[in-house]
Amino acid sequence: MKTYTLRFLFSCLFALSFSLLSLSVRAEDGNESSGEEGKFNPKEMIMHHVMDSYDWHLLDLKDANGEEHPVSIPLPVILFTDGSLDVFMSSAFHHGKEQVIKGNNVYRMEHGHIHEANGKKIIDLSLTKNVVSMLIGALILVLVFTSVAKAYVKQSGQAPKGAQNFFEMLIVFIRDEVVIPNIGEKKYKTYLPYLLTLFFFIWINNMLGLIPTGANMSGNIAFTLTLAFLTLLITNFSGNKAYWGHIFLPPGLPLWMLPIMVPVEIIGIFTKPFALMIRLFANITGGHIIILSLTSFAFIFKSMTVGFAASAGVIMMMFLELFVAALQAYIFTLLSSLFIGMAIVEHEHGHAEHH
Amino acid sequence: MDLVTPSIGLIFWTSLTFITVFFILRKFAWQPILGALDEREKTIADSLATAEKAKQEMAVLNVENARLLQEARTEREKMLKDAKTVADRLVNEAKDKAIEESNRIIASAQEAIKNEKQAALTEVRNQVASLSLTIAEKLLKNELGNKNAQLDLAQNFLKEIKSN
Repeated sequence: MKTYTLRFLFSCLFALSFSLLSLSVRAEDGNESSGEEGKFNPKEMIMHHVMDSYDWHLLDLKDANGEEHPVSIPLPVILFTDGSLDVFMSSAFHHGKEQVIKGNNVYRMEHGHIHEANGKKIIDLSLTKNVVSMLIGALILVLVFTSVAKAYVKQSGQAPKGAQNFFEMLIVFIRDEVVIPNIGEKKYKTYLPYLLTLFFFIWINNMLGLIPTGANMSGNIAFTLTLAFLTLLITNFSGNKAYWGHIFLPPGLPLWMLPIMVPVEIIGIFTKPFALMIRLFANITGGHIIILSLTSFAFIFKSMTVGFAASAGVIMMMFLELFVAALQAYIFTLLSSLFIGMAIVEHEHGHAEHH
Repeated sequence: MDLVTPSIGLIFWTSLTFITVFFILRKFAWQPILGALDEREKTIADSLATAEKAKQEMAVLNVENARLLQEARTEREKMLKDAKTVADRLVNEAKDKAIEESNRIIASAQEAIKNEKQAALTEVRNQVASLSLTIAEKLLKNELGNKNAQLDLAQNFLKEIKSN
């Protein structure tokens, strides 16, 4: 019974996703085609969906004259320009058609970016679509896990049930299969809260990114950069003597090799988190691009047959992405705990390992 | 190039959101959940250890019980055997005593019979003697009842004495 309901929900989800995609694709058609009228530009469409934006675009409506009007949720724009703080809703730009004047500053929207007309430097802290999506994810995480924690307090000593059971499985998995094997029994408790938060934070953002019209936050380089940077900080601040010894005086190395090896080791500090950053970014954005490309076939060929075939492909990719969403969160957490574990490992049996 | 250029705003908001979520979850979710998990695992481990201990104690008790049972059985057999010996002895003693007693009774009865017989014989002898005397007396009285007879007798005696 349950599985049927779930299947029905999934079908609805996909049907909705296609209809919304088609609507937005036509919007690109109307707004941004530079050359021939009605020419579909898949690159523009895909980039628009993968990139961040100042409003949450939902769909486009055609009015009586055949003109298209995008329907979107306006989001707050927060700008620091020349020491002054300007806050207004993104709807003030009228989808890039108008400029916004705040005091001495004149803002224009060009190709999804805000510029000051006189070339003043802007620090842009807007609550964009990605930020709002991430905040929703954060809210979901806080609500779900505080309620799960309450279940533990309420029925302490009893067997877990329902959502508590599901999340306990994941938490125990992260603890016993990811964190303890890499960091060790002695010190894992210090890092477990960070790694659990990391896993669920990446996962929820990956999942929210899969929802049609959703934002691609975890596929954004700024998001992955921030998380990778946090892992970098934690790794290097927990690094013990042996860790730094391996970097600045690799044991068992002839002295003349040091000028070569020390820079390599120092670069190594940054390449590990850099790989984390690129891996998550590329996997999630890549997945989105594949799904959007498959969808584009339907609009390029304007054929029912291709449409159905593309839809089948998209459905398969959606399931794959659902898996990738969990997998990438797992890999990011696994590698983070591996790096932390390598930085704090006690070298009882000398050296000459991992090189 | 836009795709791989991180924007300051997103970095700011991601850091802020992640760190806030981290602190909230650490305090209100991970600590209670992980604490409860640890506690539950400890309880389960303790319960298992207790059960194992109880099992071992049970085994020891079982061995002890078997030993006690065996001992009791041996004891009972020994007691039964002893009792039987005692009973046999008692029965034999009683039997012997009874035989002895009966012999004694028989002996004393024979003695009594003998005595009685002797007494009876003596009595009979006395009776016979007195009867004989009485008869003799009667006879003599009868023989010497008249003077003639007495004279005859005295003459007879004299004759006899003279003839001698």
